[in-house]
Amino acid sequence: MRAPVSWLREYADLPADLPPAELAEALTRVGLQVETIDEVGAEVTGPLVVGRVLRYADEPQKNGKVIRWVQVDVGPEHNRPHADFPQGCREVVCGAHNFAVGDLVVVSLPGTTLAGGFTISARKTYGHLSDGMICAEDELGIGHDHTGIIVLTGEDVAPGDDPAGVLCLRDTVLDIDVSPDMGYCLSIRGLAREAAGAFGVAFHDPVRLETPAAKADGYPVRLSDAGCPLFVALGVDGIDPAAKSPRWMARRLALCGMRSISLAVDVTNYVMLEIGQPLHGYDRDRLRGPIVVRKAEPGEKMTTLDDVERQLHPDDLLIADDSGPIGMAGVMGGMTTELSQGTVNVLIEAAHFDSHSIGWTLRRHSLPSEASKRFHRGVDPAAAYSAAHRAASLLVELASGRLNPAETVAGAVPAMPAQTIPGDLPAAILGVAVSADEASAILRRNGVAVREAEGSSLELLPPTWRPDLVDPYDYVEEVGRKIGFDTIPSVVPPAPAGGGFTWPQRARRAVAKAVVDAGFTEVITFPFLSEADLDQLGVPADDARRQLVRLANPLAETAPNMRSTLLPGLFAAVARNTSRGNDDLALFEAGSVFLRRSDSPAPLPGVDGPPSDDELAAIAAAMPAQPRHLAAVLTGWWRRPGWDGPGDPADWRHAFAFADAAAGALGASIVRAAAEHAPFHPGRCAELCLSSGEVVGHAGELHPSVVEAFGLPARSAAVEIDLDALVAAAPGPGSIPPVSGHPVAKEDVAVVVGADVPAQLVEDALRDGAGQLLESIWLFDRFTGGSLPEGKKSLAYALRFRAADRTLTDEETAGAKAAAVALAQERCGAVLRAF
Amino acid sequence: MADLSKTAIDAAVAAALAAFAAAGSNAELKAARLAHAGDKSPLALANRAIGELPGPQRKEAGQRIGHARDEVRRALAAREAEVGAAELARRLDAERVDVTLPVSFAPPGAPHPISALIDLVSEVFVSMGWEIAEGPELEAEWLNFDALNITQDHPARATTDTLFVEPLDSHLLLRTHTSPVQIRTLLERPLPVYIVCPGKTYRADEFDATHVPVFHQLEGLVVDKGISLAHLKGTLDHFAKAMFGDVRTRLRPHYFPFTEPSGEVDLECFVCHGASVGDPEHPCRTCKSEGWIEWGGCGVVNPRVLKACGVDSEVYSGFAFGMGLERTLMFRNNAADMRDFVEGDVRFSRSLTGTAR
Repeated sequence: MRAPVSWLREYADLPADLPPAELAEALTRVGLQVETIDEVGAEVTGPLVVGRVLRYADEPQKNGKVIRWVQVDVGPEHNRPHADFPQGCREVVCGAHNFAVGDLVVVSLPGTTLAGGFTISARKTYGHLSDGMICAEDELGIGHDHTGIIVLTGEDVAPGDDPAGVLCLRDTVLDIDVSPDMGYCLSIRGLAREAAGAFGVAFHDPVRLETPAAKADGYPVRLSDAGCPLFVALGVDGIDPAAKSPRWMARRLALCGMRSISLAVDVTNYVMLEIGQPLHGYDRDRLRGPIVVRKAEPGEKMTTLDDVERQLHPDDLLIADDSGPIGMAGVMGGMTTELSQGTVNVLIEAAHFDSHSIGWTLRRHSLPSEASKRFHRGVDPAAAYSAAHRAASLLVELASGRLNPAETVAGAVPAMPAQTIPGDLPAAILGVAVSADEASAILRRNGVAVREAEGSSLELLPPTWRPDLVDPYDYVEEVGRKIGFDTIPSVVPPAPAGGGFTWPQRARRAVAKAVVDAGFTEVITFPFLSEADLDQLGVPADDARRQLVRLANPLAETAPNMRSTLLPGLFAAVARNTSRGNDDLALFEAGSVFLRRSDSPAPLPGVDGPPSDDELAAIAAAMPAQPRHLAAVLTGWWRRPGWDGPGDPADWRHAFAFADAAAGALGASIVRAAAEHAPFHPGRCAELCLSSGEVVGHAGELHPSVVEAFGLPARSAAVEIDLDALVAAAPGPGSIPPVSGHPVAKEDVAVVVGADVPAQLVEDALRDGAGQLLESIWLFDRFTGGSLPEGKKSLAYALRFRAADRTLTDEETAGAKAAAVALAQERCGAVLRAF
Repeated sequence: MADLSKTAIDAAVAAALAAFAAAGSNAELKAARLAHAGDKSPLALANRAIGELPGPQRKEAGQRIGHARDEVRRALAAREAEVGAAELARRLDAERVDVTLPVSFAPPGAPHPISALIDLVSEVFVSMGWEIAEGPELEAEWLNFDALNITQDHPARATTDTLFVEPLDSHLLLRTHTSPVQIRTLLERPLPVYIVCPGKTYRADEFDATHVPVFHQLEGLVVDKGISLAHLKGTLDHFAKAMFGDVRTRLRPHYFPFTEPSGEVDLECFVCHGASVGDPEHPCRTCKSEGWIEWGGCGVVNPRVLKACGVDSEVYSGFAFGMGLERTLMFRNNAADMRDFVEGDVRFSRSLTGTAR
């Protein structure tokens, strides 16, 4: 809401010298955040004066223009002597022709700075020395009109006067963010009330709150829906259709961000801004039969003032006459009864509409308007009658209309809900010493009727303009706003002893740290994808990742589903990075994926108590699975070629190492087995298994067709793990064994096996065969070819043996080694190779 | 027969000492040792010849030669130490490296700045005895709206603001704030509760420098006996200090359906410190000359919310707050463009690497 301070001052006795910044701070303090302070007209400075045209001559120019050479009386202080005029004058060149001798105009004398920072000086033009300029609206920044200069018709000013006042040139406009519960502050009336309260000065309500009992003397109105409890209809007859909005009214509308349209429309808007009551003006001669307020009928349509035909919903509240709908109640009027240039008989509607009904219509039609915004946030129903009369009297005054004494008041002002609160509730909830008496006084000052009842409780009845005051805590907030949140002390509450991070939280932090330490960089991507993404990944039709959750209103139709895998998002990040020249990438993301589980809807239980167990179970059942995943993608160099050695390309090995690092952080071990799984290279993909055999993810080199489809560099590698499953499988806290001080015995062993025997199998056999004495085993060499037969490979392991309680003998070590080889031979056909 | 005369022995000693002194390397010294202190050296031969002397001369010759050999041995040891040290010094000098060569070629890993911030704020609150609560990003409509007193006609429930799961009557959506975790917490945990919940949130928003449809919030919730707005202020002041150091905060009345009274917490503008207020000559772009920057929303938990969770508001009261984490990083670390948070550029992710503070 934009509020000119001059307007606020009409109803609030603010100190004359109050700096705008101080007013803004005070309003912000009570919850009316002032976002900007506009000093409008402040850039116009210098000798801007009223002038009277004494004489002019039209002089045709070679360029086809006709300029006027004007003698203008600008008052004794500014006039220069002139032979023809005893009082003197100034002589100026003017391009406009919309004035006559004797007219009062606005003259910027040399030294005046106009809107846009343009400074006037005496200058030679069209053969004259022009000693100033006669101004148009746009040059002063008070309008966009440049069709002619400003003529001050009917204004009480004399040559030499400062025209700023009659032009409403200067004002301070506050742009205020009115929160949804403060609908009454979408008006000068409400803002002036808060401003007066903030400074403890008098407020003069422009509204008389009495509404007469229902009467049907004027235009017939029938209310047939509870969504409209009150409808005041007032006629003004015989207005002058040619009457123009006065300058002050048009200017204030403009300062508030509304366009001047016609006098009758401007009047309804002006009163709405002033009082907060939206008004609607009908051309009474275009109404057909009684006005009825009712719900829309199925299939009904109407064309609103914005010239859009709207399909109405049976819950939309309508204003109708015999011709059908003529307005969407409280939202927007219709075309058929619109005020037009020829309107002479006006019917003013000042009605009250239920906030929720308006809210639904707003949501259904996405049709925000000045009226609907106010009705949705709450309008003072007791102000409707007064507002209608205010508008009528303006039409009488400014358009020579006659107030039709026969008026209609249908319905009545609805009653406000009473409430009782404990007198100490404000102090308890605000945490500040405010007594029941102080709270009562504050509430009374803000229009609340307070009765001190038994047990120091307060019986409260809110004023009609405060529909937001319903619950006990609403009154607490009102007290808090008025004493100022800044007066409330700052106290850290002592929490009971907490349990710290939970194990899964610690586990996820440990995993993230481990993979970062391993050289991976985290990114966050949009968690949406399309079925085409899954097609490009090669995900089969029966894969769990096809259980997509689709959005009803996705951000982009190209990615309408929630992700079921993190990889497409990471691929997009890789593509973006490489396009920006970031070629060496080891990216990871940790985040939820979404897998549809059921088609049953979630219920919407009531809110008067907790949902039942059944309702909670139904909500849980409707929710998709949302496991946290951890995924990475690699491309470019893992280690760039350097002065000290060759480079190491990022590839499938690092994808495996990522999984090992993640599992290792939790003390879990991952066993890899060859697998074929989209989107991976069928020969370079591992499934990642827990010791239980549960598969928690896959890793490997990406399939060449995937690499191509997603625009990735060749040989990119990736890994995706179900992080929740990994965390769940992590072993317990573990134990700390004594560290043996006895010497280690080292043995190397090389075995020859079939080329297709997985190394893991050989290692497991050696480990199992070596038994308890084996401390560690490490594959240090692997080769094929050379002296080896076709289809064979050699694997060389370093074994370390140690006992906890003694130095091992050579025989013991040799025996363990032999047992290891024997088991490898048994399980994998391994043959010991001589060194 | 070796010459065992004093002259001959002295000459042999002198020759040995000269040879040792002349040896400049371990190899030369070894040769000199063999020549002058080895088995075939004149002194060794002389020593062996002592026994052949007649008895009376034997003692004298033995002493002379013994002294001579000691002298030679000492000189050799001294020279060996000298030459060894010089040799080591030469080797170390030859092994000099350029210590300015780059040594780390592995890519630096980094957490996303949002993750790093989540870790930090979590630690701040855990250290106060609070716990970290969690909830799903894809949430039930009832938990995201109804239970939080956001009535069904509320504009936030329109498809222009909220991303819904298809079909609309599945009543599932992408949570628009972390506040449904308040509801889950109150439904699931015993009272009192002191929790924060960092997490991802979604709005059907524009995607530009100041808006992203996918962003992160930190939710805080306390429900206990005797909780007031003063406790909210204390908590926010503590949190602001942990995030930004000594910064002034302002609690300003506002409106949220799920809190009453409600407020917004502002931070004093980091750039102008309020100097731009009422000074059109020196406007501040950061705070739009308001002097304050909005950080988050907060308030006393609305008893209607407690009621929907089965908590007796006659006995318990609480407060809640919610901050944008991207916004917090923008203030704390000057992140300028919201788009960077979700575009996955490694340079953005690595930008706080090494700044443990």
